[in-house]
Amino acid sequence: MEKKKIIFKINGVEKTVEVEPNKTLLWLIREVLKLKGTKKACERGDCGLCTVLLNGEPVKSCLVLAVEVDGSEIVTVEGLSRDGELTPIQKAFIEHGALQCGFCTPAFVIVGHWLLNRNPNPSREEVVEALNGVLCRCTGYRPIIEAILDVAKKRK
Amino acid sequence: MKYVGKSIQRIDAFEKVTGSAEYAGDIELPGMLYTKLLLSPYAHAKIKSIDFSDALKVPGVITIAIGEDFPFRIGLYVNDRNILARKKVRWVGEPVAAVVAENLEAAEEAIELIKVDYEPLPPVLDVRDALKPDAPLVHEELGEYAHSPAFNPIPGTNIANRFVVKKGNVEEGFKKSDVIVENEFLMPQVSHVPMEPHTCIGQYMKDGSIKIWTSAQSPFAIRYILGYSLGVPLHKISVYVPYVGGGFGGKAGINFEPLVVLLSKKAGYRPVKLELTREEQFMVAPVRQGFYGKIKTGVTRDGKIMAEKILYVFDAGAYADYGVNIGRAAGYSCTGPYYVPNLEGESLTVYTNHPWGTAFRGFGHFEFLWAIERQMEIVAAEIGMDPIEFRLKNALLPGLTTPTGEKLREDAGRIDQCIKAVAEKIGWGTPPVKITPNKIRAKGIAALWKAPAMPPNAASSAIIKLNEDGTFLLSVGVTEIGQGTVTALAQIVAEELSVPVEKIKVVPFRHTDLTPYSWQTVASRNLFMEGRAVIRAARDVKEQILEVASQVLRVPKDDLEIEDEKVYVKGRPEWSLQLKDIAAGYVYPNGNTIGGPIIGRGYYVGSRLTYLDPETGQGYPALKWTFGAQAVEIELDTETGEIKILKLVSAFDVGKAINPMLVEGQIVGGCVQSISLGMWEEYKYDKNGRMINPNLTDYKIARAGDIPEEHIVVIIENPQKDGPYGARGVGELSMLSVPPAIANAIFHATGVNINNLPLSFENIWKALKEKR
Ligand code: FES
Ligand code: FES
Repeated sequence: MEKKKIIFKINGVEKTVEVEPNKTLLWLIREVLKLKGTKKACERGDCGLCTVLLNGEPVKSCLVLAVEVDGSEIVTVEGLSRDGELTPIQKAFIEHGALQCGFCTPAFVIVGHWLLNRNPNPSREEVVEALNGVLCRCTGYRPIIEAILDVAKKRK
Repeated sequence: MKYVGKSIQRIDAFEKVTGSAEYAGDIELPGMLYTKLLLSPYAHAKIKSIDFSDALKVPGVITIAIGEDFPFRIGLYVNDRNILARKKVRWVGEPVAAVVAENLEAAEEAIELIKVDYEPLPPVLDVRDALKPDAPLVHEELGEYAHSPAFNPIPGTNIANRFVVKKGNVEEGFKKSDVIVENEFLMPQVSHVPMEPHTCIGQYMKDGSIKIWTSAQSPFAIRYILGYSLGVPLHKISVYVPYVGGGFGGKAGINFEPLVVLLSKKAGYRPVKLELTREEQFMVAPVRQGFYGKIKTGVTRDGKIMAEKILYVFDAGAYADYGVNIGRAAGYSCTGPYYVPNLEGESLTVYTNHPWGTAFRGFGHFEFLWAIERQMEIVAAEIGMDPIEFRLKNALLPGLTTPTGEKLREDAGRIDQCIKAVAEKIGWGTPPVKITPNKIRAKGIAALWKAPAMPPNAASSAIIKLNEDGTFLLSVGVTEIGQGTVTALAQIVAEELSVPVEKIKVVPFRHTDLTPYSWQTVASRNLFMEGRAVIRAARDVKEQILEVASQVLRVPKDDLEIEDEKVYVKGRPEWSLQLKDIAAGYVYPNGNTIGGPIIGRGYYVGSRLTYLDPETGQGYPALKWTFGAQAVEIELDTETGEIKILKLVSAFDVGKAINPMLVEGQIVGGCVQSISLGMWEEYKYDKNGRMINPNLTDYKIARAGDIPEEHIVVIIENPQKDGPYGARGVGELSMLSVPPAIANAIFHATGVNINNLPLSFENIWKALKEKR
């Protein structure tokens, strides 16, 4: 298959990559760029574990073709905390015990960031709605919801 | 206490929130190849021939393996499993061939080109049919399989294990009963749905040694079974386990590791990676066994259980190498947390042509407690007694005997306190309330118990090293699958050695060459057993520190104390040494050196556990029993069958919460998993035994919007004297008995008994309609 050249920014760094048109953004992130924080758990849009920010909006990267991100800006979990300083969301996840096996954690952290950027003061229902696209089999979601609400509360 | 009993943060949290935690799927090795499996389309069929000549021609394909390449069986308790199907296939999804290629695309292309000629055989698709005398046999050669002496397969049948427990005289007991109630219960097969699908890499080295990188719960079990099956000495096998993205039992025992190792040999000793897709995770990976139960209970009018006759049948699917022990565990706990003086229990693990079963959080108890806790409710109603009062009247309290004749130890924990706690917090005693003409609110409760199901010699060990700067390194064999045990273990080291948790590193991976032995990470046994091993290792370290310090400070050892990273003379803190100054030997000003590197070790095995009598099941199977209870308040729409869980209350007697936040996390998460299994999850099959919902759209698991509006967790602490600081396990317990509590609430709301899971809206609606 013929490869296509794409240029995009990921976590603030510009990249130029040649990709086959049938490859997904998830594949680009994990297999080409070797950013392993974004997880793969269904590859058909059900689990949300591959969620990243594309031009500031959350997308399931297994449902986006790599060629589509030409000219875009992507943020993965690796792009959130700089120099080892955790973001308030990451800190709240730790304080609230909002992670167990941790496999889903990068996706929830990404969604949490997006939500509070867009809506600094969400209701419980809004948090639940934002999280409903991402699956977790360990925590029962409650501590994740609490962690995000707590960050919003402390910001006020 | 400074560290034990505190809700400190998880020690693995930083890596996990930043996405830098390593999982098996993140590992890439030089020269790594990929494998894809060809799955059986039949539930039961003879393999007449396999032709993969065209597949081999696909560019990038290195080799293709079929069952006959690996002519031996493996297994944890019963050696019944093939590496790839041989001679016949036993479920839709059984791997028949494996393609190894330079990349996945080539492997996928080649898979399509393999031609298999099958001769379909009649399948067994209902576990009750599997028991009939004329049922087709899933394993004709059962009599030839090697198995652990604790199990009792019946050759010529589909029974992989028959466990029997007998106590008192049931016939007499039924004679003394005023009321006898008999019911049947069902539960479908379900998936663990770990967010991380099974992933492993194997490499056979040219010198005959073996390397494995895997998402597994039990690296030492893998090493042992592989070594035993392949005839490779254990020092030549290394198993590496990074963080595991959820296990819940599905990654216990041994799974696909032998396959990738053998494929590597066939592929010229290059590493081979297998990463299941979500669909394969449903079809190929092991599942929770299905369940059928029949319980006959005899009671007196005043609510005393006199006798019980119990039959549990587990649908093991195609292989039962682990499943046999699930049947056994359900058998020796079969009454639930109640005292039954006269008992006859039989628990069968039975082969069918369904996907193969394995351990799943709760290990047989989630299944049989569904039956027992429904039965308790029905019996209480029959004699017109409040179900709480009925449970309390028959509660298995310290001093009474369990089904296996074990007298419950004095410090065993209290089921009565758990039941009373949930009853109080749910506000038991108020009748169901009609909110609208269709909507009713009602409450239900259910109790639970469980002990670790393990061989009597299951062992744990720990190593603690004092580093040259006074920090510590703890190494244990329990894997970090999300449960957080290693954080609690670090707290125990901190407490024992009076050193801040930040100064203790728990080695974040397991590597069988370096890690001290642990039987398996299963059964809610690791905090208890590794906990005891860690305490002993810490005391060993302490002893070594005091030995050197007593020479340097010239006081007897018992006059010394360790605190704040120093060892000092009691009452004379100015006479002290820093731990770092003795970590690798103490050096006198002139260069003379005494002592040396300090490495402590400890181990633990259960005390006085026994094998169970093959005729009567009597003996001591349990290291500890953990008790608990669940209560729910639901809102039921009687028109649609829809239910909402308004409130959930959970109480567990954990002995001691080493880290309350982690305990609560286990309970909150486990309960949601329990609700999910109880309300939605089920392997749905077509008439040929093919799973029709192998994806997360059609196989629904709980999402953030599905959780109870309110969840109250009550932690009860009656310490067990031989537990670490009094602690018992809780990891699996948290997911027990929520479904029967919900069904009991439906019963109180409507008078309708639902005895088959799941409690889907559709099933509830049907049950309500039948009654009308
Ligand atoms: S991997 Fe993309 S939604 Fe599951
Ligand atoms: S923490 Fe394990 S899946 Fe969410």
